[in-house]
Amino acid sequence: MTTTINSQRDSIRYRSRLLQPEKERSAGTHPLTWRLRDDGAAVWLDEYLRKDGYQSVRKALGQGDPRAIIATLKEANVRGRGGAGFSAGLKWSLTLQGGDMPRGYLICNADEMEPGTFKDRLLMEQQPHLLIEGMILGAYANNARFGYIFLRGEYLESARVLNRALQEARDAGWLGPDIDGSGFDFDIVVHSGAGRYICGEETALINSLEGKRANPRAKPPFPGQSGAWGKPSVVNNVETLCNVPAVILHGADWYQGLSGDRTDDGGSKLYGVSGPVHRPGLWELPMGTTGQEILDLAGGLRDGHTLKAWLPGGASTGFLLPEHLELPLDFDTVGKEGSRLGTGLLTVVPDSQSMVALMGNLEAFFARESCGWCTPCRDGLPWTVKLLQALEQGKGEPGDIELLDKLAADCGPGLTFCAHAPGAAMPLQTALKHFRHEFEQGISRSRGPAHQDAIPLGSV
Amino acid sequence: MAATDATTGIIGSDAFRLHADDEQAMRQEVHHFEQPRAACIEALKIVQRRHGWVPDGAIPAIARVLGVGPGDVEAVATFYSLIFRQPVGRHVILVCDSSSCFLSGFAELKQALVTQLGIDYGQTTGDDRFTLLPVCCLGACDGAPALMIDDDTYGPVTPGDLPGLLEEYP
Ligand SMILES: Cc1cc2nc3c(=O)[nH]c(=O)nc-3n(C[C@H](O)[C@H](O)[C@H](O)COP(=O)(O)O)c2cc1C
Ligand code: SF4
Ligand code: FES
Repeated sequence: MTTTINSQRDSIRYRSRLLQPEKERSAGTHPLTWRLRDDGAAVWLDEYLRKDGYQSVRKALGQGDPRAIIATLKEANVRGRGGAGFSAGLKWSLTLQGGDMPRGYLICNADEMEPGTFKDRLLMEQQPHLLIEGMILGAYANNARFGYIFLRGEYLESARVLNRALQEARDAGWLGPDIDGSGFDFDIVVHSGAGRYICGEETALINSLEGKRANPRAKPPFPGQSGAWGKPSVVNNVETLCNVPAVILHGADWYQGLSGDRTDDGGSKLYGVSGPVHRPGLWELPMGTTGQEILDLAGGLRDGHTLKAWLPGGASTGFLLPEHLELPLDFDTVGKEGSRLGTGLLTVVPDSQSMVALMGNLEAFFARESCGWCTPCRDGLPWTVKLLQALEQGKGEPGDIELLDKLAADCGPGLTFCAHAPGAAMPLQTALKHFRHEFEQGISRSRGPAHQDAIPLGSV
Repeated sequence: MAATDATTGIIGSDAFRLHADDEQAMRQEVHHFEQPRAACIEALKIVQRRHGWVPDGAIPAIARVLGVGPGDVEAVATFYSLIFRQPVGRHVILVCDSSSCFLSGFAELKQALVTQLGIDYGQTTGDDRFTLLPVCCLGACDGAPALMIDDDTYGPVTPGDLPGLLEEYP
């Protein structure tokens, strides 16, 4: 009896998985995932070393030229996989080091909380040493003294796997003093968070790491100039750091070649699909793979649905239409269509879905997760949610849609302290652009008293 | 009425005693950072692991260990969603209400939870067994709709799975 219950519980336990079998992956084409096992078990140190593990560290530390790492990354054009696509090499070249500058920190952003995103979890749960290897290279290039993996609190399995892998690496001399006989010392700890999406914003993350509320900080100074405890700090996404070892081992030309002539952005990418498709999942594919190719891998929409719209990389990216499925999904191409590549994990919206209701869900997320620092975000987003709920119930009033336009515009780039508010604005603005008629259908009443009368002062 | 600690002015302080092991664990944690204050979140989690939540009295106790003001600890304790400042049930259910789950049966799952448990967000069942809370995308969107019970992540979960699953958490 107990066994039946256990197997039922185990059968619905969530397991991170890649939908490409081992035989379809190779070191030359799938640098992020070729070592992953078909059984989904973590690749521990012995196996990792058998599969060329830590060779990039041996090479780079042996050569003894941190600047060369940065130059290679720049040439390869490795762009940040946390969503913004900023060149990792450029970021690293701006880190203050040398002279009297104290050695700072290399921080891995493992806060993965962008709705629709489930890629960093796979890398951490199944291949922790690749991240550690990338972090050692990052630390060496940026002269970091110590590393933190800022992990979201809910990723308990990742924490378990990473901590065991860190101990393995320490015991084998890949972390700690005098790494691989190079004289370079570096170590890493896992810092588990306690919730809140805003912790993923890099300066909020640093405040959180310091034991404060996760309000973002003003930039400049950028973390590379003054980050954790005022020291130069580099913040990179898990997937970005996992790209570094192969670039160092095989060179910039090889990395560029991975994406062929699809795009100028080099390398491969963990792409994925979630929503009502036959096979939601993750694949490592050349950078610049099209939405259609990815959707095909997911088996298309299920239950006879057709595609209405899609988000290319999480809740804070703009809606694209079926006609955009043929575009290569790289940072610049998607940017030109009024959206962003973001995390590169597609969210599929079926024809039956009301865009007004979906926007209500998205904006409720952004409203709840606002850190509360700036007015357009703290007050504008709950107001946006209220308007969307009224429209969804057919209780909207004339002027509501223009008000939504205005509230979204007030959250636009440069008007708030961090990119959370622009992230909330983009899906709303694109939904209003492509599906305005759906919002208009929610207006049923004439302009009500709340809009017409002077604001009542009450009795004094 | 809860009593007031004369030294801190925080209600309920006198009723709370920091467990020696917990204090030790907090002091250990401090070594990971340049400043002790950084161990604040972990210190709150240490208290929560023992008590299930963070009682008022723990705030000045943690502040004393870390050498910061109670206001600093309280500011952190009230910001983060996984730090509970009220008692919770023996098991906490975090149900993902983000977009991919919304598009994949979240509404039915949430409704089934509400019906079967007889509680809504932020509430605890009368027998102190379950507390229900919403959570941001669990990074399990290829298994949507997803939820966590204590340390375990499940997905996709259908309403039909719930009776058997909940039974596993007495
Ligand atoms: C509200 C908000 C949340 C974010 N969440 C994450 C996150 O969970 N993970 C991440 O890597 N980057 C996140 N970012 C982006 C980071 O601020 C930063 O750009 C990124 O970590 C830089 O790493 P990369 O250059 O390697 O991409 C977030 C940004 C904002 C504005
Ligand atoms: S934009 Fe929003 S989340 Fe960002 S600092 Fe302002 S209030 Fe906080
Ligand atoms: S949206 Fe629910 S797990 Fe990602």
